[in-house]
Amino acid sequence: MSAAVDTAALASAAPQDERAARAPWLLSAPALLLFLGVLVIPLAMTVMLSFHDWGQYKGIEPVFTLKNWQEIATDPYYAEMFLRTFRIALLATLITAVFGAPEAYILNRMSGRWKGLFLLLILGPLLISVVARTLGWALLFGGNNGLVNKLLISLGLISTPLPFMFTETGIVIALAHVMMPFMVLSVWVALQRVDPQIENAAMSLGAGAFTIIRRIVLPQIIPGVLSGAIIVFSLSASAFATPAIIGGRRLKVAATLAYDEFLNTLNWPLGAAVAVLLLLALALIVVGSNALIERRYAEVFR
Amino acid sequence: MRTNGPLALVFHAIFVTFMLAPIVVVCLVAFTPEGFLSLPTNGLSLRWFRAIANYPEFVHAFWISLGLGMLSSFVALLFAVPVALAIARYRFRGRDAVVALFLSPLMIPHVVLGIAFLRFFTSIGIGGSFAALLVAHVIVVFPFALRLTLAATTGMDRSIEMAAVSLGAGGWTLFRRVTLPLILPGVVSGWALAFIQSFDDLTMTVFLAAPGTETLPVRMFLYIQDNIDPLVTSVSASVIAITMTALILLDRFYGLDRVLAGKSDPGR
Repeated sequence: MSAAVDTAALASAAPQDERAARAPWLLSAPALLLFLGVLVIPLAMTVMLSFHDWGQYKGIEPVFTLKNWQEIATDPYYAEMFLRTFRIALLATLITAVFGAPEAYILNRMSGRWKGLFLLLILGPLLISVVARTLGWALLFGGNNGLVNKLLISLGLISTPLPFMFTETGIVIALAHVMMPFMVLSVWVALQRVDPQIENAAMSLGAGAFTIIRRIVLPQIIPGVLSGAIIVFSLSASAFATPAIIGGRRLKVAATLAYDEFLNTLNWPLGAAVAVLLLLALALIVVGSNALIERRYAEVFR
Repeated sequence: MRTNGPLALVFHAIFVTFMLAPIVVVCLVAFTPEGFLSLPTNGLSLRWFRAIANYPEFVHAFWISLGLGMLSSFVALLFAVPVALAIARYRFRGRDAVVALFLSPLMIPHVVLGIAFLRFFTSIGIGGSFAALLVAHVIVVFPFALRLTLAATTGMDRSIEMAAVSLGAGGWTLFRRVTLPLILPGVVSGWALAFIQSFDDLTMTVFLAAPGTETLPVRMFLYIQDNIDPLVTSVSASVIAITMTALILLDRFYGLDRVLAGKSDPGR
């Protein structure tokens, strides 16, 4: 805001105007050069790499070929792997939305001290090492007599132990846990913009608890849920640590497959193609759903 | 209407249990007196914490992670503070594009970044070196450093600067004596958040680290891939303790929800 006033004031003097036009570029120049040299160029090199040839004995050959892209397009292994990646991401997103949104609502209605404590407890894990959190799930799942199975059996929900390690179910649960803080946070931010008096007004007009949630609360937090869902989905689809530890060596998703191609098989061009495809697919999904949401909820975002 | 009913509180209790269970389990198992994975049912023991000292790979990886985190977040701030001043104070053509470029590492999957950096650093001949890790981490933590610095520079009271200028301060003095102290809380929080990001990063670093430059998350990940034993739980518990300390400091200093809210919506 103050900057807008500044530029207006500076516009009155011509030499100062010229300085004001140059200053932001001078200030950002070092970082711009850094990003150009060490981010834009490497990304461009990776896209190029995906069009290079590779052989077991000859290594990477810098010739133009569509071989890697054809292999991904025709071999059903890759279709299945990408399908698994997005299925896991979608399920994890659904779980975070179904449980995270009500929790954010409950948090928001707590009194100050409790609210602060539980926010710290629920959002704090976001900053704790993903490896440590996933290790916790590996311990909880651990074989047939893991704690989760013991709990489910003692509650009478299941009679025989369920396999969690090395299954998609296990990956989805652990990922939902890892991503949950993003959803709670996103809905919580949306709730901060809601006037609590509206709920009271609805109640004084005779609306029941269910009606208030359905007609007043839900419409106002849906944008928060959706933007949280976009974050959770894109992070889940590109997650590495959780699928690698819970899924083991055989249950591959896009990120773990790319890792294998780069550090075990050493077929870098193919790994680069998988990574570029993941990046493109995610960019399309995120940009597409952002546009949809903004059109649908234009008035809320304004 | 403003209070939670009993059903909501039960849901809340289950939810909090779900969020904390894996973290608590790791910390509990770390104190087991047994030689295998188990909850410490008969007494607590520090044997697995002492065992870390006999495993130099973990100790070395810890120092690498610590040095890398502190250095990369510091370098990121050196680049980020001028950018934050430029973005907060000037409306210029291409401003939105500049912001998007600097926040882009948040939106590019880390596996893609890891591959791109691996390809780039190998081709210029510094693959697997600490320098390569440092540059890569500077790029990855840059958005976090920038966001909190930007919040501070945008919210700053410019009249104090004007007063300093009218008293004859200018250039470097103005920045060092007036501007920097005013934005310091944001800068320090940006440093802390950037440090945590660097300290915890696995996905990108796992592509770049070589034996000798393995960071702690990378060492832990490779160890877990082979086998899970109480040693890796005591290492994890130590990492959790370090992060918690940083977290509580960050919460006291700046407010955790503000720090994280900046993190949650990279688009804005």
